[in-house]
Amino acid sequence: MVPTTPAVELSGVTRVFGRRRAVHDVHLSLQSGECLALFGPNGAGKTTLLRIVAGLLRPTKGTVSVGGRSLRDDAAARAQVGVISHQTMLYRALTAAENVEFAARMYGVSDPAAAAQQAMTLMRIQDRARTPVRALSRGLQQRVSIARAIVHRPTLVLLDEPYTGLDAAGAAALTDMLHRVRAAGGTLLLVTHNVDEGLAVASHAAVMVSGRIVRRDVCAGLDARAYLAAYRSIVIGGDGAAAPALTGIAS
Amino acid sequence: MTEARLPGTFETAWLVARKDLAIEFRTRTAFLSALVFSVLALCIFYFTWDESIVTAADRAPGVLWVVLAFSSLLGLQRSFGVEEQDRGIDALLVSPISRESIYLGKAIGNLIFLAAIQVVVIPALALFYNLRLGQPMAIVSGIVLLAVIGIVAVGTLFSAMAVNTRMAELLLPLLSLPFFVPILMDAAQATTRVLAGRPVSESWPWLKLLIAFDLVFVVACTLAFPFTLEE
Repeated sequence: MVPTTPAVELSGVTRVFGRRRAVHDVHLSLQSGECLALFGPNGAGKTTLLRIVAGLLRPTKGTVSVGGRSLRDDAAARAQVGVISHQTMLYRALTAAENVEFAARMYGVSDPAAAAQQAMTLMRIQDRARTPVRALSRGLQQRVSIARAIVHRPTLVLLDEPYTGLDAAGAAALTDMLHRVRAAGGTLLLVTHNVDEGLAVASHAAVMVSGRIVRRDVCAGLDARAYLAAYRSIVIGGDGAAAPALTGIAS
Repeated sequence: MTEARLPGTFETAWLVARKDLAIEFRTRTAFLSALVFSVLALCIFYFTWDESIVTAADRAPGVLWVVLAFSSLLGLQRSFGVEEQDRGIDALLVSPISRESIYLGKAIGNLIFLAAIQVVVIPALALFYNLRLGQPMAIVSGIVLLAVIGIVAVGTLFSAMAVNTRMAELLLPLLSLPFFVPILMDAAQATTRVLAGRPVSESWPWLKLLIAFDLVFVVACTLAFPFTLEE
């Protein structure tokens, strides 16, 4: 069998802020079409790890590659990636459509207006296209932000607490969109502390505590309730000491 | 993935500049505050002017460059402020555009912003100090444009550096003003000679220095900018 280049590969990634080690020796590999849900308590290093993968932060040690290339140095590789965060990354004075179209133009999408309209329809906010972002509720802003991130149809989507502020309809639209990306062979890296939301779309799950990945599982056949109970014991344990308790859940 | 042709450096720079100008056009906060400051400063300088001691031609260049230096800071302050509000800068950084094009886009936006303020300030200065319109003011406008290029080059870089700090309003002038000095010195010298009615050839050495500083600052700041975005 011919080995394929992983969609995302992290090797020995460490990030230090001053004397604090936010991410410590993380090894991770995701194939195309996979979705990894990365769980962990606040301050576990999940967002830092995602920002390293996105190329927003340089690792102190270790390497990150996306499709075998470095996001920081390769514009074509960045063009394949979409980033959704709990921060909207929008401009409040511009309308929803202007924000999404601006992103489309940055990615060189051939018909920015049509692509923006399509992305907003997918997130069910097409009727708010001409509304300035500052006049939208937090949940609607988040939907615009998601439309902005997917307007260029990325093959890798990095999501940091993407369900923040979304109502049921917004969350459903996001989950639908994530399933579509996966169905089209796209790869997802989802950072969240909400186990239910993560397991709803993930093919793989991992738990991060104090900068380290302490547990990995395949989601097929995973008992969500048992997983949640085990996850809680890890989080309460704080240092991953309870990680072995998860063994066998994925059976 | 849709069929996409990644835009070039200048194309994306213009997109960033256009976006910044659209935001400023909608909010008008920085433009109005810079404009009000400029007109107010011109008025204050005018009312403290004793024509029997200092001539208009001696007084006007100093007033022009003080007003320009400080109104520039008001405009530059907002340049990266709009990016910080909801981390719009992150969306730019993860997109396939180069960091240099972000800088150039910001600088072009700032240049147009400051030029728009000077469109009001220069005629107002001529009015207050009864300066002859026509060729001298056209030359002064050219000198202002050259100076603004250097100011924007330095100010845009330091605006990016200062915006993430708790004392951005203090840090930007502290970092920028020392680098404004060579630009303002050359521009003020050239303006003084032009407004005194001397031939342009007398201003030429200062203008050459000004152009040299512009080139150095534009190139150095474009190259240094990517490092200011590192966390």
